[in-house]
Amino acid sequence: MKKVLITENLRIDLDTEKWECRSCEAELIGARENYKRGLLVHNRDPREIHKPLLDPAKYELTYAPNPDWCRILEYYCPKCGSMIETEYLPPGHPPIRDITLDIDALKAQWKDRPEVSVPPADKDTRQRIAHGGQRAARMFTGEEK
Amino acid sequence: MNAPNTPEQQAMLDRFVRQNKLFYGPDPAIMENHRIEARSALEERLLSAPVDAHKVNEVRGLITAALDESNTMIEQMGAAPGAKWGDMTTGIFTAAGDLSMIAPYGVGGFAAAVFYPIKFVNKYWTHEPSVGVHDGDGFIHNDARYGGIHNTDQSMMMPIFWNEKLVCWISATIHEGENGATEPGGMPAAAESKFDEGLKMSPFKVVEKFELKRDLVTFLQNSVRDPKLQLEDMKVRLHSCLRLRERVIKVLEEYGEEALIVTLRKNIEDVVEEVKRRIREMPDGTMRTMSFADSTLRESALLKLNMAITVQGDKLTVDMRGSSPELLNRSINACQASFKTMLYSGWMQNVWPDLPFTMAVFTPFDFIFDEKSIINGSFDTPQAMSLIPLFKTMTIASVPMAKFNYSLPVRYTAIVAPQYDQPATLIYGGLTQHAEFTGNFCADINGMGQGGRSHRDGEHSVSPPFAAHCDIGEIELMEEDLPLVRLGAFTLTKDRVGFGKQRSGMGYEQIHTFRGSAMWGYMTGCSGSLFPSSQPLFGGYSSPTYPLCKIKNTDVFEQLQKNPERVPFDIIKLMNEQPIEGAAYSTHPMAMTFELAAPGEIYMMCQGAGGGYGDVLQRDPASVMKDIEEDLISHDTAREIYKVVFDAASGVIDEVATAKARADERKARMKRGVPYDKFVKTWNTPEPPVNLPYMGCWGDDVSEVYGVMMGQRVKMSGAALQSQFMLNPKDVYIASLEAQVAAFKKAEAGAKAAGAKKKAAPAKKAKKK
Repeated sequence: MKKVLITENLRIDLDTEKWECRSCEAELIGARENYKRGLLVHNRDPREIHKPLLDPAKYELTYAPNPDWCRILEYYCPKCGSMIETEYLPPGHPPIRDITLDIDALKAQWKDRPEVSVPPADKDTRQRIAHGGQRAARMFTGEEK
Repeated sequence: MNAPNTPEQQAMLDRFVRQNKLFYGPDPAIMENHRIEARSALEERLLSAPVDAHKVNEVRGLITAALDESNTMIEQMGAAPGAKWGDMTTGIFTAAGDLSMIAPYGVGGFAAAVFYPIKFVNKYWTHEPSVGVHDGDGFIHNDARYGGIHNTDQSMMMPIFWNEKLVCWISATIHEGENGATEPGGMPAAAESKFDEGLKMSPFKVVEKFELKRDLVTFLQNSVRDPKLQLEDMKVRLHSCLRLRERVIKVLEEYGEEALIVTLRKNIEDVVEEVKRRIREMPDGTMRTMSFADSTLRESALLKLNMAITVQGDKLTVDMRGSSPELLNRSINACQASFKTMLYSGWMQNVWPDLPFTMAVFTPFDFIFDEKSIINGSFDTPQAMSLIPLFKTMTIASVPMAKFNYSLPVRYTAIVAPQYDQPATLIYGGLTQHAEFTGNFCADINGMGQGGRSHRDGEHSVSPPFAAHCDIGEIELMEEDLPLVRLGAFTLTKDRVGFGKQRSGMGYEQIHTFRGSAMWGYMTGCSGSLFPSSQPLFGGYSSPTYPLCKIKNTDVFEQLQKNPERVPFDIIKLMNEQPIEGAAYSTHPMAMTFELAAPGEIYMMCQGAGGGYGDVLQRDPASVMKDIEEDLISHDTAREIYKVVFDAASGVIDEVATAKARADERKARMKRGVPYDKFVKTWNTPEPPVNLPYMGCWGDDVSEVYGVMMGQRVKMSGAALQSQFMLNPKDVYIASLEAQVAAFKKAEAGAKAAGAKKKAAPAKKAKKK
């Protein structure tokens, strides 16, 4: 069984073809679907998060977004309540389908790749590659020893 | 029917048309082509044979050192404020004009835009008898329509000849600032046509026999507010190019012409191959995102940048359809070449910072635009404040590319949420304390907060989104040259942060006033006062919104003399406590056309935060407490946003109570959340809210786009965008005042009539009696 990490919070199980929550491992929805359809959504007044720092009685602009212009859609895992995604939208703007993957191509791509269950260690810049040309790049990625 | 032309007639006709061209405007064949040229016959011959990699490496090292040296010369000698903070670069190009290398600490976007005018010179001036391209020539340019980011940037481009043959081009570019536009400082928000933008230099020859042509220099000096700056930096760019040329000639002497040509060409071809490999290793699919600017800089409006990136095999397509239509009488349009350059600059900062800095990175990319959109603006649109969409352009790709790159077994850099994306800096103009006219902008533009990263928080006030190394300048140096006084300089903006598992870096407060000038004023050109600028990533929150704050009708220096303890250098305290009696306190969108101020009046703004990364409930409580210790967030934020329970006096975390508070919040989320399919049934509206001046597509469908024409909403086909034309904001204001006056008059007349009726009523009553 091979799973591919897609975001900080989501992965795809290539065998079951399901989106999964990385926090609780729950299956969310089919991988060929919009993953948001497997989540809960809350329409948040942005002033609850970005609170007015200037006195609203004195000023119209207070460092808080204008709720008539902007809302925050918060997407939660229905099983564990992790916040999977946020979307800042004008009121009524249809949420966008931010991720559409070719699942057949993904399966073919990962057929011979070893599974990565923990994201690779991040460094600010991987200097080791040092512009060494194509062979160095392949050695760096493990395509060539 | 006329007989077809004979070959001789056709040749004569072609020659006639070529020799009688009315106007050498920007050439779409150049401006819409971001790819490297095909190999020349010589390059083909040289690169078909075995290449000595060691020799290439030696030549590349020598050229890199030369570029570094020439860039440092600008930094040391340049007069423009931009040159002192790193806002410049030198570059080297193939003979065909493709950018091969830039100075290691240069602003790459400059060089990644200069290849367009070099190709223009190659195509049009080389064989033009009245111009020509010869050894010792130098060409100047600033109009972004011929290639560039915006018209404040001036470039010197110089061909290098060897054995009487053109072997390469070199360039030096500086953000000059002042350029004679309708407002000082070179970035006029008030420009309503391109003729308000000041200097608009198509590429022309300004150097012959390695000397500046003084008649042309004088013309340029005569066209700007700061003739000293114009002369000095033209000299600086020329001499930087001359030093670079000297070093390249040494390379030619030592290694030969072929080694140089192979090195420059191989550098870009290797990059193209590596980029194709990187695209191939990404998953196939489409990632979408969008970003909103909330101002045209003259009025509030919601302008959409719409992006879909599709990867298939080794092809990558950037689709920008559905973005806002262009505005004919606002300065925030950008042409497609500027858009590509800035997308590239952001890409190199956030996605592939390890690649050599050459525009060849984008050669495998395809682009799709709507005609007449805000990032594919037509020739006649004003583009002086293209930074509004272009700053967003630099950060927008961080979101879709994070979603393409997260799965990869190897990372070339950290996954990073978008950096703050607006030019939050004060632009100034007027008479200095040295009695000289000037106009320019403050280095605070370079102090933007970074987005949260997959492995750590974002850096505070780290850089602009176009160059990681640019500095925020020395206040003391600025105060020597200008009447500006900074009351608050670099205090981080407490609680104004992109919250997340990894929080964003923060911006800082800027509290400006001035003294010692009889005429001084400011403008700001920034959106994000109603709708947050920085997008979050993977469930984080964005930056907040930021207003421009003013304290007018006072002289703070008098207050500081009388009661210094009563004037805190803190925007929130100054505005909420209003400690200066009799002063007028106000907030405004951070888009202000130029206005004169009085000495001692205070103008305040903030540099912004980036987007937060990940769920706030996953942030390590210890990191939250560290944020409190560093005075980055308040106790309320720790408790209410991050759900950390702690003892206020000691700062000790109650781990059990924190775990419970977070579990409770997760339960509360599940309770208040609505299943997506049910949610969109009530949330989605067929079109934007009636009172929202909205510009762009609504949802994913790019076939229909909304806009505003003379105050009225219009809906148009995405395939045939119409240019928008906005009402004069003063007319709109006058109309609203007139409506108020009419309403008052009506109410007054009504009251009078009611009074008369009342008065008449007792009389009638009395008569009856």
